[in-house]
This record gives sequence, C-alpha cells and structure tokens, in this order.
Amino acid sequence: MKNTLVRLATVATLSGTLAVTSALVSSMLVSSALADAPKSGGTLIAAMGTNVRNLNPAVQSGIVTGFPGSQLFAAPLRYDEDWTPQPYLAESWDISDDGLTVTLNLVKNAVFHDGEPVTSEDVAFSVDVIKEHHPFKSMFAPVESVDTPDEHTAILNLSQPHPALMLAMSGQLMAIIPKHIYGDGEDPKTHPRNTENVIGSGPFKLTEYKSGEHVILERFDDFFIEGRPYLDKMVLRIIPDPAARTIALESGEVDFAAFEVAPQNINRLKEVEGLTVTSEGYGAIGPIDWLALNTTRGPLQDKRVRQAIAYAVDKNFIHKAIQRGTAKDAPTGIHPDSPFHNPDVEKYEVDLDKANALLDEAGHEAGADGTRFGLTIDFGWGELKPNAEYVRGALKKVGIDVTVRASADFPTWAKRMGDMDYDMSWDTVFNWGDPVIGVHRTYLSSNIGKGVWSNTQGYSNERVDELLDMASKEPDADKRKALYTEFQQIVADEVPVYFSNTLPYHTVYSDKVGNPPLGIWSTSSPMDMTYLK
Amino acid sequence: MAILRATATRVVYAVILLLAVLVLNFTMMHMAPGDVADTIAQSMGGADAEIMEQIRKDYGLDQPFPVQLGTYIGKVVHFDLGYSFFYNQPVVKLILERLPATLLLVISAQLIAIILGVVLGVISARNPNGLASHFVTGLALFGYAAPVFWTGILFLILFSLKLGWFPTSGMRDVTTTGGWFAEALDIAHHAVLPVFTLCSIYLALYSRTCRSSMLEVLGSDYVRTAKAKGLSASQVVYKHALKNAVSPVITLAGLQLSAVISGAVLVETVFSWPGLGTLAFQSIIARDTPTILGILFFSALVVIVGNLLTDLALRIVDPRVRSKQ
Repeated sequence: MKNTLVRLATVATLSGTLAVTSALVSSMLVSSALADAPKSGGTLIAAMGTNVRNLNPAVQSGIVTGFPGSQLFAAPLRYDEDWTPQPYLAESWDISDDGLTVTLNLVKNAVFHDGEPVTSEDVAFSVDVIKEHHPFKSMFAPVESVDTPDEHTAILNLSQPHPALMLAMSGQLMAIIPKHIYGDGEDPKTHPRNTENVIGSGPFKLTEYKSGEHVILERFDDFFIEGRPYLDKMVLRIIPDPAARTIALESGEVDFAAFEVAPQNINRLKEVEGLTVTSEGYGAIGPIDWLALNTTRGPLQDKRVRQAIAYAVDKNFIHKAIQRGTAKDAPTGIHPDSPFHNPDVEKYEVDLDKANALLDEAGHEAGADGTRFGLTIDFGWGELKPNAEYVRGALKKVGIDVTVRASADFPTWAKRMGDMDYDMSWDTVFNWGDPVIGVHRTYLSSNIGKGVWSNTQGYSNERVDELLDMASKEPDADKRKALYTEFQQIVADEVPVYFSNTLPYHTVYSDKVGNPPLGIWSTSSPMDMTYLK
Repeated sequence: MAILRATATRVVYAVILLLAVLVLNFTMMHMAPGDVADTIAQSMGGADAEIMEQIRKDYGLDQPFPVQLGTYIGKVVHFDLGYSFFYNQPVVKLILERLPATLLLVISAQLIAIILGVVLGVISARNPNGLASHFVTGLALFGYAAPVFWTGILFLILFSLKLGWFPTSGMRDVTTTGGWFAEALDIAHHAVLPVFTLCSIYLALYSRTCRSSMLEVLGSDYVRTAKAKGLSASQVVYKHALKNAVSPVITLAGLQLSAVISGAVLVETVFSWPGLGTLAFQSIIARDTPTILGILFFSALVVIVGNLLTDLALRIVDPRVRSKQ
C-alpha cells in the first residue's frame, strides 16, 4: 500500500500537473509514516500455554523454550518472511566454494547481559554444546571443528557441504551461550543457569522466572542493535487452559499470544474487535497433522492398501468440519510455506470406487458382512481424537473395521509409537526449519523406531534414502529443490503417511501491538522490533 | 500422658503411611507406559535416539526397578526428595514455590465454605420447607452436579469478561507497584474467583450435611427439653443444637483435606493459579516421578496434620470425644 502511494506520489510530482493531489498524498504519507513509526517503551503482556522447563535453547528445543529463549539469547542469523537470511550476531558470513567452510564475522559491539563481550570463543563453545546436547543431532553433525582466528571471526569446518546449516544458525536453534558461564564443567543440560540468572546476548534480559506462573523479561540496554528493542518489558504469563487464554485475550488482559490452535477459540477470537488473528509466521516451525501408517504390520505393508485408505479419507471434511476452516491443506511432509514444498503430488481426492478396487486388488475381498479386515487407530493428544473418530467412519465405507484406541496421556501414546505398536495414528510433526532437521527423521530407513517422531512408520525406500542423503549435502538450492520434489512424489505415491493439514497455529494480538513476530519462526525469533502503539 | 501416647502412636503410623505412599506410587509411576524421556522429547519437538538414551541414563531410568526404588527411598530417608527430572530443580524448591498458592486457595475456600455452609444449613434446617431451604437444596445440587471447571469458566465469562470485576487468570499482576499491601490486595483480588469456584464444591457438601444434622439434632430430646424450659428459638439453635450439629461438618472438612490437591487441580488449571495441583497433574503426565512423589509426600503430611487438627477441633466442640479417651 505504502509503496504504491510512494510511486503515485513520484509520478504525480514528476508530471507537475497534479501538485495539489501530490501535496495531499505526501501529507497522507507523512502522517501514516508517523503513525507506523515504532515507539519505544511499554510492557507487552503475552500468554504462553505451557510451563517452561528450561530457558536455554542450546540444550532444549521446542516452541515453549523458543519464546523466552530467543529473547534472551541471540543467534548468528535471523530470517525475514521470505526465507532470506539476515545478519544478526553475524554481521556477514561467507560460504566457501566447496561448501566446506562457513565463516561468520561477528558484530563488534555485542555483549552478554553481564557485560562480557561476545566472542568467537563463545560461538565455538556454543557449537560444541549444541552438537553434544541439542536433541536435533542432524543440525551440526557435519561440523567438525570451529576455528577462531580472532575475536570476531568464527570459521566452521564441515566434513561435507551442509546447506541446512543456514537455517540451523537462526531462530532458537543456535543460541550463542556464554562460555564464561556454561563452560564451568557442569552438565549444560542441567546447568542451574538454565533457569536462574540466565545470561545471553539477546534483546531482553531475564528479570524473573517463576515456574508455572510467568517469565519476566526486561529491555537489555546494551543490546548490539542500536535503539532496540523497543519494548521496555515483556511479561510472558503461563496460562495453560485454552479457554482461559481466550478470555484473557478477549478482555484485553493479555495483548499477545502465539501458537493458539483450538479452532473454536480461534474463530471466536476472530470476531473480537481490536484483535488480529493470523496463521502467518509458522513456516519454519512447520507443523503438519498427519495420519501415520505402520508399513510393517498386516495389510498396511501393501502400498495399495495404504493408497486405498488415502482415497477413502476425505481431507475436506477434516479441514471444514473438524478444523473449522482454520487449517491449510498440507499435501506433503514439507510445510506449504517452505521453499522446498512441492504441491505437484498425488492429492488423493476422495474416490471410494478406486479405494475399493485397490483393496480388492490387494487381495482383501470383503466378507459376508462387508468387512475386509480390521485396523486400530491411535491419536497423540485429545485434539486429534475427532480425526481418529472420523477415519473410523470413513474407512467403514470401504470395509475396513477401525477400532479407536485412546491413550491415557502423551507418554502412553509415545511409547506405542516408539515401539511401533500401532496400525494407524494421528500425529503432528514439525519441520523445524530445514528439511534435514525435521523432515528426514521420519523417512530415513536408518531412523526406524527410534522413539516418537522418528521413522515410526517403519518406512524404507532406497531411493528416498538416497535422495535425502543427496539433498542434505547439495549446496545448490535449485538442485536441492529438485531432489526434494522427487522425494515428495515418491512418499505421496507410497503413503507411509497420509498428510492432512498444517496444524492451525495462530498468532493473536491486539491493535496496540506493532510488528508482531510474523516471520518464519514466529516467537522463536527475537522480538526486538515489536512495539506498543 | 494419654494424649502423648496417642500422638506418638500416630506419628509412627504416619511414618509407615508415608513410606507406603511413596513405595506404592513409585511402583505405579513405574508401571505407567512411557517415561520422562518421552515427555522431555515432546517438550523439545522430538529428540534423536542417542539423546533419549542419554536422558534415561542421566536419570537412572536404565537401572532395574528395585535399584531405582531403593535409591529413591534411600534418599528420602535422608530427607532428600531429589531433583525433578522435568524441571531440573530440587523438588523441595519446586514444591515450596507452589505450596503457598495452593494453601491460600484451599484454606480460604474451606473456611468460606464451612462458615457459609453452616449458616445456610442452619437457616434451611430451621424452616425445612421454606424458600431458604429450597434455595440451599438447589445450591447443593448445583454444586454437586456442575463440574468445577465449568463453574470456573462461567464465573470467568460473567465476572471477568462481561463485568470486568476480576482478573481472568494468574495470582498477581506483575506490573503492580506500591509495596506489600498493594501486592496483598492484588493477590486477594486475583483469588476471589478461584476461591469461590473451589468453594462451590465444598459449600454444597457442608450446607447439605449441616442441614440434615441440624434437622436431626432439632428433633432430639434435649432440644425438646430446652424448648420446654422456655428458651427462645435462637438460643436453642445457636446455644444448644449448633455445637452438636457442626461436628459432622468438621469431620467432613477434615476428610476433605485429603482432596487438597485433587479439587485444586481443575480450579488451578482454569484460573492459571500457580499452585501444587497443576504441578502434580503436569508431573504425572510428564512421568516426573520425583516431583509427583514429593507432592504426594507433602500432601500426605498435610492430611496427617489436618486429621490431627480435626481431632482437636472435635474435642473442643464435642465433650463426648474428650471423655472417650
């Protein structure tokens, strides 16, 4: 809008005939620019749904730690909405032609909250800690060593080109932690400074962390970006009950909440005046709801049976009736916002005749009562129960008798998945930035049955293994994209997973809030540009 | 002397009971499928198998069950409740941080429920077919029947959202300034809705109990005698009948102390009250054995102390209990 106005204004001025209009337009421009200019000061009250276990993102991933963690700690890079890396702690970077060394040139004026300078030593130390303790091993696995020729230069030496490193150096994934605090020999995973007196170099410092109650962050005056952050204070209130959170947002007691997921609450909040509700900003987190099929058990070993299930299940019903229009279609395991997403795959539009034909072909003739065989279906958490109930009804139409198995709680279900003791299960899996981090793990045959969110489908395809291996070290973005395109086609054809939709994460903020974090990492990114109007 | 001996016996029982609580619950937590490594992985959005192994090793979950149990009991005997697996903090610290919030909630709710319950019970018993009596019966039915989280949400919608009288959640407004008095006032303001929500369950119980025991007492011989002596109705009710009528309420209140956590879980969740109830609930789901056992240990202590206090209270109001010992 503003760009158009600028262009209009320029054209008007150049022509010289519409001087009055031009004056009008530019005065409008000035006033709108003034209204939009970020203002310093104020306290942002935000809600979080889950209690934080650990504030140190170097040893704890997950969106809960990501929110406070990305405010407390800075990473070398940050990303804009278009998936383009931007300087952050690293003012510039360079990848060698062979892709085997990545040089980070750190900003000179960065200090930790205790006043110590951020040096390349801290970067090297952080890489070591993350390599050893971070739950996502694939992020830094190819990093063999870090050279520190001077205080502000860190050179990462790789055993193979590792394009995933770029995203792995952003958001919450590569928190630069102070060596002088975490290098004292204590186990970084259980270090007392992970929850108390936490020292990073991010835009906000920790004032108070009260388990189950709140995390209070305060502006760090010596933050390395001049004039930022805009906010004086952030209060992250822990409000576990979604209905209570909705009411708090509605009453204006809370200005901001991310990761809202319950469709009825989202639709309710959309009606509230003064609130904006958007699903933008979750591309890199990349959560996808899917139906996992255990390809090692019974009839599901046959690709045709899995395809038949895909043809019998109506995604539209799930999107409209269960998700109430809050979720986007996700035809593959790579999030639709990701540059590597390939929408051009078999979509499995509902086709019961095809489903029946495939099941017949696979040798599962219907018995006298119309039933072909029985399967069980699990679901990871309560929100996915309607999906499971729906699949039972949908598959009944093609003669598959489905029993819904409830789990008492998450660990009960996680154990079943980890042991691959299931036929079908609804699940939500996150991309976590680059496909190497969050996508490969669920398809590689080397990662079968290694706990929840590993390859719990028991899926094994040599070509997929090969494609993923090549993609993990292909430095050329276009070539990489081609590899992932083929990968997504094969998976769509073989259906180890039936992809349903993106998890309808939404960010809710009041009109008071300017520049909410709507980039690819949502709140797992620094909120130094967020302000209160 | 008798009291001392009775107390000593109780203490011995209490210690045995505490150990039994711990062993039983440790076993139950162990039997539940999945472990804390799974929930830590969940909180992290998944973890590599290698990291999962490491977590299990760090917390001794790879050891055989008797070894795990033995290690734990050994620590407890030395007054060490250990470290929370999930929060990486000493269990005692976690509990002590949360305990005051829960105690504030539960004790206030109990006190209000007892006082209101007795008053309502007495009023309705004096005129069993009157309007007040029907009101109390209706209230009690509602209190029993309405799920407490639903009552809580209704209160929230009405009093916070529509009327804007009370805050929606939490225990304090962190932006409050102005010393301890302002802070206390702020906490009290936040406490109103959760306390009355929790109160609604107890109130139903107490008013019904008090009503029926009052009715019973009012029909007894000594009350008739008192009336025959020419005492006024209020004197009969408040001087003679009440003492006997409240003892079932006190016994009940003592029993309810054991529900200190179970009742608070839902209310704490709805109002984001940072108490032990939510911690207990989260710890069970997280399979955080040390934390859940620590909480059970504390709540067992609360129950034991509560029972002792109940006995004392009964002694004061009911001379028959005194003479029995």
